[in-house]
Amino acid sequence: MRLVAERLSARRGEDLIFRDISFEIGPGEALVVKGPNGSGKSTLLRVVAGLLPREAGKVALAGEGAQAFETVASACHYLGHRNAMKRELTVEENLHFWKAFAGDSHGGAGVAIDAAAEAVGLGGIVHLPFGYLSAGQQRRMAMAKLLVAWRPIWILDEPTAALDAAAETMFAGLVNAHLSQGGLALAATHQPLGLGAAQELHMAGFAGVSVEAWA
Amino acid sequence: MTALLFRDLKLAVRAGGGAMIGVLFFMTVVAVIPFGVGPDLNLLARIGPAILWIGALLAALLGLDRLFQAEREDGSLDLILMQETPLVLTVLVKCLAHWLATGLPLVVASPLLALFMNMDAAAMAATMLTLLVGTPAITFIGAAGAAVAVALPRGGLLVSILVLPLAIPVLIFGVSAVYAAVQEPAPFLPPFLFLTALTLVFAVIGPVAAAAALRASTD
Repeated sequence: MRLVAERLSARRGEDLIFRDISFEIGPGEALVVKGPNGSGKSTLLRVVAGLLPREAGKVALAGEGAQAFETVASACHYLGHRNAMKRELTVEENLHFWKAFAGDSHGGAGVAIDAAAEAVGLGGIVHLPFGYLSAGQQRRMAMAKLLVAWRPIWILDEPTAALDAAAETMFAGLVNAHLSQGGLALAATHQPLGLGAAQELHMAGFAGVSVEAWA
Repeated sequence: MTALLFRDLKLAVRAGGGAMIGVLFFMTVVAVIPFGVGPDLNLLARIGPAILWIGALLAALLGLDRLFQAEREDGSLDLILMQETPLVLTVLVKCLAHWLATGLPLVVASPLLALFMNMDAAAMAATMLTLLVGTPAITFIGAAGAAVAVALPRGGLLVSILVLPLAIPVLIFGVSAVYAAVQEPAPFLPPFLFLTALTLVFAVIGPVAAAAALRASTD
């Protein structure tokens, strides 16, 4: 299955953030979106995930298995700036909820909760309330969320912010394992993710868009 | 979906969940009325059903603004919006969990508070029954308001004001059904059936409106 974006444009309020962005990601491939702060990386990711309306263009799934998904969003995991975990619940309850609520989509299966916690290097502490964990541990547990329910496409917005070097290596391993299972990844990042051969998309940002073009 | 129901119920009873806030507010409001009105037992019995219903209405509105706002703040709302599960169904389940955690305690506490108001057994039972049928409607209406105000940082009062006009018919038919049960000539069933119909209508409209508002509020 492939993720295809054609001539995407997006607007926040009055401002056009980017325009005419096209890319195509195939099975086992990753696309890393780079650019300075405010260049629209997060906006692009949220548009692809269907969380923001697009001004023009389209995002679609193509190829084998694409019919199994009603929307692009339902084929995606989105790891945003916020962890989407409840501080009052234990890590296990949080992961159990997302595993049951999200469920596995077509073409794969999520791992068990303990195995997911083990994979992010935090095996023994799933019984703790999520709010007790440090910022880095919370981020790692949010990554475990990607593993408990299968989605072919991972959309990762600054996934390794607040993480130490060891955790970055661990996360690169997770993404590579996902790619080797035929998954796709779309990541916005400043740090190198260590993804081997990944396509790169450079965003210039609003400053790079000629003002006259929109006058 | 049951996972969502149980998660929301757990969140409601954990620290900061606010399941008890509504029922405590309800008790506070109704408990001070006899002191303010004075020891006129007949008067208390006469205004009792109305006071109980007003207290329950305000208490039910109290925690509604957090229904989606808490989900939005930690990023869960994004993930909920992305799922294949119809959003309307998700909203309905969230309303159900919210009502079980905050509405049902009001119904359970109402007979105790009816004693404060010197209400007889028939009025007590009628109040409890109408609250049981009527409070879900307030939750469903409130869900739409909460979804509209989800992106506003201090939307609590705004939600109450937005949904109050829609909640007024529920109050009217709820109170009139209780009075009909205790005052002889008026029949109980017509206002009670109206109340039931209101709840059923809002059970459909509320989640649909809330889902539409949530979809439109993404940023």
